[in-house]
Amino acid sequence: MATAPDIDAPANPLDSFRAEVRAWLTANFPPSLKGKDNAMSAVEGPHTNSPEEDAWQTAMGEKGWGVPTWPKEYGGGGLSRAEARVLQEEMQRAGAWNPIGGMGVMMFGPTLLEYGTEEQKREHIPAIAKGTVRWCQGYSEPGAGSDLASLQTFAADAGDHYVVNGQKTWTSGGQWADKCFMLVRTDKAKKHEGITFLLCDMDTPGVEVRPIRLISGSSPFCETFFTDVKVPKANRVGAEGEGWTIGKRLLQHERSSLSGGGSAAGRMFAGASLGQIAKRYVGVDGEGRLADADLRSRIARHEMDLRSFMLTLRRASLEAKSNQGPSAATSIMKNVGARIMQERSELLIEIRGFAGLGWDGEGFEEDALKDVRTWLFGKAVSIYGGSTEIQNNVIAKRILGMLDHQ
Amino acid sequence: MAVLTEEQTMLRDMAREWADNEAPVSAFRKMRDAAPAAGYDAATWAAQAEMGWTGILVPEAQGGAGMGYVSLGLVLEQLGRNLVASPLASIAAATSAILLGGSDAQKAQWLPRIAAGEVIATLAIDEGPRFDPAKIETRVEDGRLSGTKTFVPEGDSAQLFVVAATDGLHLVSGDTTVTRAPRHLTDSRSHAQVTFDQAPAEALGGGAALIGQVADRAAAAAAAEMLGMAESAFAQTNDYLKTRVQFGQVLASFQALQHRMAKMFTELELCRSAVEGALEAIDSGRANVAQEVSLAKAVANETLHLVSREMVQLHGGIGMTDEHDAGFYLKRARVLETQWGNAAWHRDRFARLNGY
Repeated sequence: MATAPDIDAPANPLDSFRAEVRAWLTANFPPSLKGKDNAMSAVEGPHTNSPEEDAWQTAMGEKGWGVPTWPKEYGGGGLSRAEARVLQEEMQRAGAWNPIGGMGVMMFGPTLLEYGTEEQKREHIPAIAKGTVRWCQGYSEPGAGSDLASLQTFAADAGDHYVVNGQKTWTSGGQWADKCFMLVRTDKAKKHEGITFLLCDMDTPGVEVRPIRLISGSSPFCETFFTDVKVPKANRVGAEGEGWTIGKRLLQHERSSLSGGGSAAGRMFAGASLGQIAKRYVGVDGEGRLADADLRSRIARHEMDLRSFMLTLRRASLEAKSNQGPSAATSIMKNVGARIMQERSELLIEIRGFAGLGWDGEGFEEDALKDVRTWLFGKAVSIYGGSTEIQNNVIAKRILGMLDHQ
Repeated sequence: MAVLTEEQTMLRDMAREWADNEAPVSAFRKMRDAAPAAGYDAATWAAQAEMGWTGILVPEAQGGAGMGYVSLGLVLEQLGRNLVASPLASIAAATSAILLGGSDAQKAQWLPRIAAGEVIATLAIDEGPRFDPAKIETRVEDGRLSGTKTFVPEGDSAQLFVVAATDGLHLVSGDTTVTRAPRHLTDSRSHAQVTFDQAPAEALGGGAALIGQVADRAAAAAAAEMLGMAESAFAQTNDYLKTRVQFGQVLASFQALQHRMAKMFTELELCRSAVEGALEAIDSGRANVAQEVSLAKAVANETLHLVSREMVQLHGGIGMTDEHDAGFYLKRARVLETQWGNAAWHRDRFARLNGY
């Protein structure tokens, strides 16, 4: 992808920063961790870190470079966007990866920086920047999926605290989370204006989490039940009834992080080329081309889509230099990213034949078994974080100015 | 819908009623959770044999009904609708090999037992993970067969293997000379790697050409099962869209979703015609069976792929859960798409058969 500019290039104000990053990475990134990043870690849940992984996380956490553009005063890196890009390029060059992640980084942090009180930022942001506290998202409910504003979980005013009752679903990583940012209803009479944004400790009495088993066999999502859960009013972000505005802002961050801007999706695309894998399983013709012409053409089409997508991501990130935060174009990115990820999985299955359909047990390569689970889990990508259909609505209405149905 | 005889209509209705009452998808789920080595529930299978389905292809003289492939397809379609885990399709493939290439003695030895439901038989062609009847190394010398077959359907329980060797198809009894290694695929059905080491083998007539003819019949049977799966996945999705409310309206009221359902319905109609066309071509012994089968399998692959994928997507989050049935259709679809030639393989052959 992006190639690191030559260090001997004409003097550039970022050169000295680049040199600093390079030296710091040499000193702090253990070479044994090169490429060890696990793209499925968010799905599979936390694992026991090796001492090297711990040290790497601590180093990045203390430097604030896991969240490079967040303010230094709250534990961020305090870098400009240009500096953050240099950091990313140098990390790629060194084979280093970001050990700080999760929903706190992708969604909640940026939102709290914008809407939180000084006290809330000081309490929550540094722990996210260090990767020591895990957050989960309490948004969806059984009757409020795409139509999120129909949520029914109710927070009753009890003076200095709220008493929360209701059920959330699709709580990603709920069973591993320390805290939950959630949308609750504080007014039953108003739909959008009756919603409030709350922060809840997952170990508060009355919070119960039940993992949901997916078709991939993993359980990265949960149902979360709230029964008379006390949440202090100090844990409310923004004013009562302002939750919809804040929550929507957070969703923009979610879409932009799910669009695969060099993160999870990017890592998935970084593996062996489909063409090479296909040659191994399908064989070649007399001229060394993939023997299956139909498959060959479809792989080419997919690779072209993928490259156009990566180039679009890069263009969007360059154009966003002057903008603040994510734009409506993130809907396009999420849809394309989901489609490409799913197509890739399906092509892999097709290429490997039965060897690509193994569920468990003997007779399958480790990569192939992993790719089967990725294929099945990948079906969630076009559903969660606002389904493809919902993103298309956003594109039609907000970008194209088209009108509501009926 | 093909024009059915009274007999075929009864067979279809009986199969449908039985599948809905005795073998709904919940029965498949129960089997999946219990995970018997055979990959199917013994009692459910006994009931199918009892109804005479194992004898559909077997001539009356050998104790069967002699009804043909359209009739077989009707039953497989009903089983496919509810994802019934059944060795029937594998048995039918083996039966077709004996019918086409068996001597009178071989027919007399096996067909009555197959018709009576006493023998689980299966077809073993592939030696790699992708369908490739041109790449066979299994050999027979002095009546002894040696080679390894991968992902043999019903390979865990088969008592009779119809095995492809370099010189054609052979009957091999599933006794101790056979080593089976289970291969757990996404569909929770039986697939095994089967190794034959100097196994006593009896050649069927017809030579290497018979392999293709039998594979075509197996592919047509798979396409019938896929048609049933696609129909059911489509119907379940359509029902769901009519009940799920978002934004104060049932999902079925959104035009964008209506158009997708309309497209799927259209594809399903084409798929039914292609599948029935292939089965009829086999029954009437037409010269273009290979072409008709390639058409049917390619179209069934694409149609079921579309419908099973949309079943998950249109069900939203619930379609992603193991608790919902959508995943079963998605996973089985991929296995059947891979079995006996995927869409690309059949498109390629279709082109060759048409001289381009």
